[in-house]
Amino acid sequence: MARLRTLVAGTAGILLASALAGETLAQAPTPARGGTMNIIISPEPPTLMLGINQTTPAAIVGGKIYESLLRYDLDLKPMPGLAKSWTVSPDGKTYTFKLQEGVKWHDGKPFTADDVVFSAKTYLTTTHPRSRPIFQRAEEISAPDPLTVVFKLKGPFAPFIMAWEPSTAPIVPKHIYEGTDFRANPANAKPIGTGPFKLKEWVRGSHIHLVRNDDYWQKGKPYLDDIYYRVLPDASARVVAMETGQTHLSAFADIETFEVPRLKAMPHLEMTTKGYEYLAQMVWLDFNLRKPPFDDRRFRQAVYHAIDRNFLRDRVWFGLGKLATGPIHSSIPHYDANVPEYPFDPKKAEALLDEMGLKRGSDGVRARVTMDQLPYGDVYVRAGEYIRQALGRVGIQVSLRSADVATWGDRVRNWDYDMTLQVLSQLGHPALGVSRLYISSNIRKGVLFSNVNGYTNPRIDELFDKAAVAADPKQSQAMYSEIQRILVGDVPVAWLLELEFPTFVDKRFRNVVTSAIGVRDGFADVYMQR
Amino acid sequence: MTEFWRRYRRNKGAVAGLVVLALILLVAALGPLAWPGSPWDMAGVPFQPPFSAEHPLGTDTLGRDVATGIVHGARVSLLIGFVATLAALGVGVVVGAVAGYFGGRVDDVAMRLTEFFQTIPSFVFAVVLVAIFTPGIGSIVAAIATVSWPAVARLVRGEFLTLRTREFVQASVVLGRSARHIIFVEILPNAISPIIVSGSLMVATAILVESSLSFLGLGDPNMMSWGYMIGASRSVVRLAWWCSFFPGLAILLTVLALNLVGEGLSDALNPRLSREGR
Repeated sequence: MARLRTLVAGTAGILLASALAGETLAQAPTPARGGTMNIIISPEPPTLMLGINQTTPAAIVGGKIYESLLRYDLDLKPMPGLAKSWTVSPDGKTYTFKLQEGVKWHDGKPFTADDVVFSAKTYLTTTHPRSRPIFQRAEEISAPDPLTVVFKLKGPFAPFIMAWEPSTAPIVPKHIYEGTDFRANPANAKPIGTGPFKLKEWVRGSHIHLVRNDDYWQKGKPYLDDIYYRVLPDASARVVAMETGQTHLSAFADIETFEVPRLKAMPHLEMTTKGYEYLAQMVWLDFNLRKPPFDDRRFRQAVYHAIDRNFLRDRVWFGLGKLATGPIHSSIPHYDANVPEYPFDPKKAEALLDEMGLKRGSDGVRARVTMDQLPYGDVYVRAGEYIRQALGRVGIQVSLRSADVATWGDRVRNWDYDMTLQVLSQLGHPALGVSRLYISSNIRKGVLFSNVNGYTNPRIDELFDKAAVAADPKQSQAMYSEIQRILVGDVPVAWLLELEFPTFVDKRFRNVVTSAIGVRDGFADVYMQR
Repeated sequence: MTEFWRRYRRNKGAVAGLVVLALILLVAALGPLAWPGSPWDMAGVPFQPPFSAEHPLGTDTLGRDVATGIVHGARVSLLIGFVATLAALGVGVVVGAVAGYFGGRVDDVAMRLTEFFQTIPSFVFAVVLVAIFTPGIGSIVAAIATVSWPAVARLVRGEFLTLRTREFVQASVVLGRSARHIIFVEILPNAISPIIVSGSLMVATAILVESSLSFLGLGDPNMMSWGYMIGASRSVVRLAWWCSFFPGLAILLTVLALNLVGEGLSDALNPRLSREGR
């Protein structure tokens, strides 16, 4: 019966789609008002208040409610958001933002420069672990008039311009939060933002209903009437929802990699891997440099040479990824492709191991190491199994150790591991998402996603410090290029792949992915074609 | 012995089960000679359908040969099944015998203990144990033994309760034999038939539990097992049915064979019971 219903729904969907296709030919695609979009959300976000929670599901829904000063195009160039225009002083220390006129909070109160000052100076430095170090670089934040905000920094800090997206720097209403306990404020459950959509209803475990903000500052936008975020924890239910047209948008890991080819072939869906440029996730093989034989660079290079990353991309990630060349993701500013290369070359790997004096024993084994499996799902388990076999072929015997997420995290942050896969976002700028992994001042036992492998290189420390504060972009580029050449030569970790995520959109919906934060953006421009 | 075999033979299913089990044991013992190399090795192109000369049962997501996996998995599944059962029998027999023979306080304490273990759903308990102690062959055997000894203990206790009132036991007591001697030399041999029967069924259960644990990703990550093979390829079942079908078939055949053999043993060891049953 269920099958029959699916079939009927599917047929109706196809008929509808072809009817729409006919209409598309007849008229030019001008944005039309109206329409409801159903979007998959998984897992359910704990809250929509982006100031206190920045997990991906919270950012996806919260990004429609809260806004920041800027947006970023697909090349990570800043575009106007709540700020209409901005200037940076020649010494790189003063940032002046001119705000949009006629912006109102969802409760009808006007939005002013005071809200921005309060958010950056008081609110985010209290609640937001990631933006605290950014805004603490400001010596003075002031509002000379209601539509102007001036940030005077202690020194130049070029990444400052990359911090203005809704999950890094959401602008929150001063009149609601000032003088309250930010985490316990009742408005966290009824979020008040400036964004194109407002929260209407949230039925836990079922859906989150957003409605159009009729007073939105971009006149005539947004186009959609409603957005329903459907909570679908089951992976196969998510695929069926996309297949049958019950939902119109899926992103990140909603659809498992092996289902991608099938959904890609569906006529009513369109796939894109754009919209993840700001996050820029990279997966790498982390070595604990405190432990032999990982303390020898030749060993790490041998491991890098022994892994066929094309196989990983094509067979484990089903083609969703690009080979990483070094510590910086290719969509992130200051990326430099001109670095030493480590092609798949088991012979070279064996030569390096021989040179180290690690000869094969009578059982063919040169060295024995343990690898902790990254417990983020099947894909990472398969990747670990592949790496074990690949290293086994050059005489490095790997035994796998599996654990739950909490245990894995404990082992890695307390440096109790030999080797493990890791995956992390780079957040728009090397100074925000990359330097934390390699600078020696960030070797902090007990902190995950710090420099856990214990890489120490005074030259790298110095370059990262200077590159972030250099006022001249050419100078900082030269330093970031040098960083990449040194790190790739040293191989403190083996960078494997830049991950791509499939975003599936129902073809009737247009302008869905228009910026570097993709589906986490406000959706003011999204419209439904009829 | 011939009498035993004659009675066993009467159950056609049990004979078939024995043949299948012997075949599986043969595969586990000699198979790795015919399929040398690691079952984890990427032996060919991924997703090759079965029934080709090179890969008779096809290859999986990473191009690992399914036939090699099944042959090597047989060793792991049978090893875990037998070792875990022996461990559970060891604990269960001792606890049950002591409780049944001494009775009174000792019995109370032992039975409350078994009840404590029996009230926890056994599979969930096994999952928790394996998750706490890092998944590995040792922790899996220990977990299966821990959740399966109480049933043996209760069975053995029941046998001991009836046997200890018999004349030969009382004669031993009068002769001044030690309790240990009476329990292990006098009573236990007389209680062995139900233990053997339930033991053979426990091997089947242990194999199923191990498969379920591996299916959930709690198997030994360095040992190829049937449950792991199914778990690893359940996501691609629409693409490549053979990756999960053949290991599933292997589990089905093994467990069925063990059950048939158990039934046959029960018939052969309890002749009166079997004739009344039919």
